[in-house]
Amino acid sequence: MTAVKKIVLWLMSTLTVLVLLFGYHTSTSSTASASGESSVVVPVPSGTGTTSSDTSSATGTTSAPSANSTSSSSGTSPSTSSSAGRAATSTTVTGDSASTRWGPVQVRLAVRNGTITDVSVVEYPSSNGKDKQINARALPILVQETLKAQNAQIDMVSGATVTSDGYLKSLQSALDKAGL
Amino acid sequence: MRTETNAAAAPARRTVRYVEHIMGMPISLALRGRHVDDDAACRAWAAATAILREADRVFSTYRADSYISRLGRGELGVEDCPPEVAEVLALGAAAERESAGAFSVRGLRRDGAVVLDPSGVVKGWAVERAAAELENLEDTDFCLSAGGDMTCRTLHPDVAPWRIGIEDPADPGRILAVVPVFTGAVATSGTAHRGQHLVDARTGRPPTGVASVTVVAASLTRADVDATAAYAHGREAAHWLETRPGRSGLVVWDDGTTTTVEPVLPQT
Repeated sequence: MTAVKKIVLWLMSTLTVLVLLFGYHTSTSSTASASGESSVVVPVPSGTGTTSSDTSSATGTTSAPSANSTSSSSGTSPSTSSSAGRAATSTTVTGDSASTRWGPVQVRLAVRNGTITDVSVVEYPSSNGKDKQINARALPILVQETLKAQNAQIDMVSGATVTSDGYLKSLQSALDKAGL
Repeated sequence: MRTETNAAAAPARRTVRYVEHIMGMPISLALRGRHVDDDAACRAWAAATAILREADRVFSTYRADSYISRLGRGELGVEDCPPEVAEVLALGAAAERESAGAFSVRGLRRDGAVVLDPSGVVKGWAVERAAAELENLEDTDFCLSAGGDMTCRTLHPDVAPWRIGIEDPADPGRILAVVPVFTGAVATSGTAHRGQHLVDARTGRPPTGVASVTVVAASLTRADVDATAAYAHGREAAHWLETRPGRSGLVVWDDGTTTTVEPVLPQT
């Protein structure tokens, strides 16, 4: 009890002291992030209908569209660069396989009329059980400037804190409504 | 065993959503799997929201009668507060140290007074405690978001990950990026919705050059704190985030350009 009293006295002056005194709280509450935690950032080619073909490792092998692709028929075109085409074309573009410490990660875009309609991850490192475990936390971030929210098939929106006041006009609100 | 097989064979799972407003922000839950709208799901949701309401009672700086407000005014000592107060203050102190002071639980008011405000730590911490109630739902995936910061769980590696859209700070109706998350947390700090309420604790002024910082990590407590601390670093946000072990994220600069941050990969 007296020790606690001392903590009270120190609290307002030097909060860093609390780190030492309560350090065990910190370590117990953050064990999940102590090790192994990680994620992967995989840039997506931001042009329309272009693969990042500046390296020779582009595979050019695109398999069937993923389950969450929309109805747009996805032709495979690993090296299309004619983004100016006005015809109603659907193209699937696969980015370079990005090398990570756990293995290759590769993303694919579905492009329709010059607009990204879907982003999917076609390759996760999964060669062994450990990889798979790590992969549960390996989270590629797909950056796509022209990605439209209404086409993105997202489950949640992360952004600067939405207040209840601002919620009604927020994307998350639209998502919640759609799911109800 | 059989459950797992069945689940893997049915990747197109129905998602059911719940929304409540607590702590002045929308709390959104998405469930998919076995318990999405039955009694177990409703009980877990009720338990999760009860935890958030309790956190609000203890930690709200908007409530004059909250423990944290009374502690800040010197009316109470830590020993008079629930033990969670000490835990949160310790988290805040650790964040302050690790961010070289850019993050602080002591806010500077406009009149120059120092006020105790651990809200930068409380949200992530509270949501993780609430999510623990959802973890009891068997064979059920969840994504729990509090005002744009969320923690997700996916049990079966064969189902699709949760897809988290990162909003454009210049136009919150758009998203700039998508983060597929199986199990983990995503937190974003910025000023899009609340105006300039985040400051660099070292200067008491809003950081410059940066519009938002999104951090992906295993723990929402850490993701939330790191996003806030990175944001407070202003033009150094990406550099600072790179120093954090295992973190990755997206920095959106005030000119609309972006920088992705990934863990430093060792040579293989």
